[in-house]
Amino acid sequence: MNLGKALEVASATHTGMVRSHNEDAIAVDGSIGLAVLADGMGGYNAGEVASGIAVALITSEMRQAIAKTNLHGLGQEEGDVQAVRLLKGIIAKTNSSIFESANSQPQYAGMGTTLVVALFRDNRLSVAHIGDSRLYRLRREQLEQVTRDHSLLQEQIDSGMLTKEAARRSQNKNLVTRALGIEAEVEAEIHTYDAQSGDIYLLCSDGLNDMVEDDDIALTLNAMGSNLPLAANQLVQMANDNGGRDNVSVVLVKVLRDFPAADTWLSRVLSWFK
Amino acid sequence: MAKLILTLDGVVLKEYALTKERTTIGRKAHNDVQIDNLAVSGEHAAIVTILNDSFLEDLGSTNGTLVNGQPIKKHFLQNSDLVEIGKYKLKYVNDQGAGASAADFEKTMVLRAAPRPQEPRPSDTQSGGVRTDIRATQADTQFNTSTQTGGVRPVPPMPAQPSVQSQAPTEATPFSPPPAPPIHMTQPPAVGPITTLTGAPSAAAAPAVQQGVIQILSGPNAGRELALVKALTTLGKPGVQVAVIAKRPQGYFLTHVEGVNFPMVNGRTLDSQAHLLGDHDIVELAGVKMEFFFKPAV
Repeated sequence: MNLGKALEVASATHTGMVRSHNEDAIAVDGSIGLAVLADGMGGYNAGEVASGIAVALITSEMRQAIAKTNLHGLGQEEGDVQAVRLLKGIIAKTNSSIFESANSQPQYAGMGTTLVVALFRDNRLSVAHIGDSRLYRLRREQLEQVTRDHSLLQEQIDSGMLTKEAARRSQNKNLVTRALGIEAEVEAEIHTYDAQSGDIYLLCSDGLNDMVEDDDIALTLNAMGSNLPLAANQLVQMANDNGGRDNVSVVLVKVLRDFPAADTWLSRVLSWFK
Repeated sequence: MAKLILTLDGVVLKEYALTKERTTIGRKAHNDVQIDNLAVSGEHAAIVTILNDSFLEDLGSTNGTLVNGQPIKKHFLQNSDLVEIGKYKLKYVNDQGAGASAADFEKTMVLRAAPRPQEPRPSDTQSGGVRTDIRATQADTQFNTSTQTGGVRPVPPMPAQPSVQSQAPTEATPFSPPPAPPIHMTQPPAVGPITTLTGAPSAAAAPAVQQGVIQILSGPNAGRELALVKALTTLGKPGVQVAVIAKRPQGYFLTHVEGVNFPMVNGRTLDSQAHLLGDHDIVELAGVKMEFFFKPAV
């Protein structure tokens, strides 16, 4: 089943105004309902290697696994379970692969990456994330942060040490408490949500949300939601206009219409009689 | 590295580097910053430093602690904050950005290992996930900011969730930082792990651009003025023709968003590129004429 007609996608990535390379990596394939974003870290160019491996491996593995398991044809419950299982398995495999490269090649020692993956199927999306790359959702003009960062700042906010406003002034940005490829095992946080026609999903690296206020992100998606590539470029431009201290990447996925799994001739006939 | 500069009547007495997780200030000799003056309580205040951030806390002192003239119980210190204790002043200096090279800015790094695998993961509910994360946080780092002990009243800036309160360890120190978390440095430490972790205030305000205004010249709303204060201002009719004006450091840019027809500026039709608006440009969009101009400074 091809979701290309139900999901419109756009993306943009930029080195920013300060850094010399872009350590972010992104991939998006509307036809299989997959969006991946990774923000690499590690000396010299190892960060790019880590995020590059993550995005390439997850995309190719997911493409194969979706075809093999007929993921987009499965019913509600079975599909949800299967989507989470695929995400878990493929992320674990990717983690090992980065971890092994880092251990076997000295120039890659200590490399790692954050990750956020959105997998759409059957009017739902499963979101996996590790670290401080985020997924936001714009629904009925309201922007909501769906993922919660695995970061020192988020922990300080949770424990009441810092308010959200104070956190913006913290000097301890960009300290993540989980990352892909740093240890032999990693646990991705995975949740499944309903997707609605009209929703716009934004995957972004911290280069966006550190430089652009949530209100301005919401403003952009509301003003430019009808022109997704323009919105993606506008978000990157705003981050750069505000200083562009980090690489900035965005992936946008807009739900154009419902995408039920059981979109077969039989189910359509049955739904007639309901 | 953040430091405190102690002064009395404008005379510098001493400098203290905030190297310790907890730096105490008070009259008694065991304090890291000793101020031998009767207006200062024996244990007057403490500064907890976590990597590059420092938090000042008044330890229930008799005469109180001021930051920039305001009495505080707990305060997240910002560069060049002025702490007053009695007649003494302590200036907090933490200009991280100055020493580090541009390439060191805001590199993402891993602070700590993943949560323990034995931590049960709840099902697909967001709130469940949140709670587990908090528990992992508490267990891993032993942040215990919400503990109520020792006559000290930490004031959490945000209402902590009940689950956080109940799971906070009850040790004597109300504000003890994590025991030196294993920092996975993912970048060769040039000066030391702390000095390379530089950050800067985010979302820096764009440099001042003269205030742009749109005045509608035709149609039912003719005469109306619209100040372009937001980062983006939408013009037109959704589904028919929409354009936005983006406010950028370089000026105001008009960009086509949707619709078959593109906007016109001074009689010329735009392409899909953003167009920098000049003073008194005439914009035509969805059959409505409008004029862009810069508002004269008042």
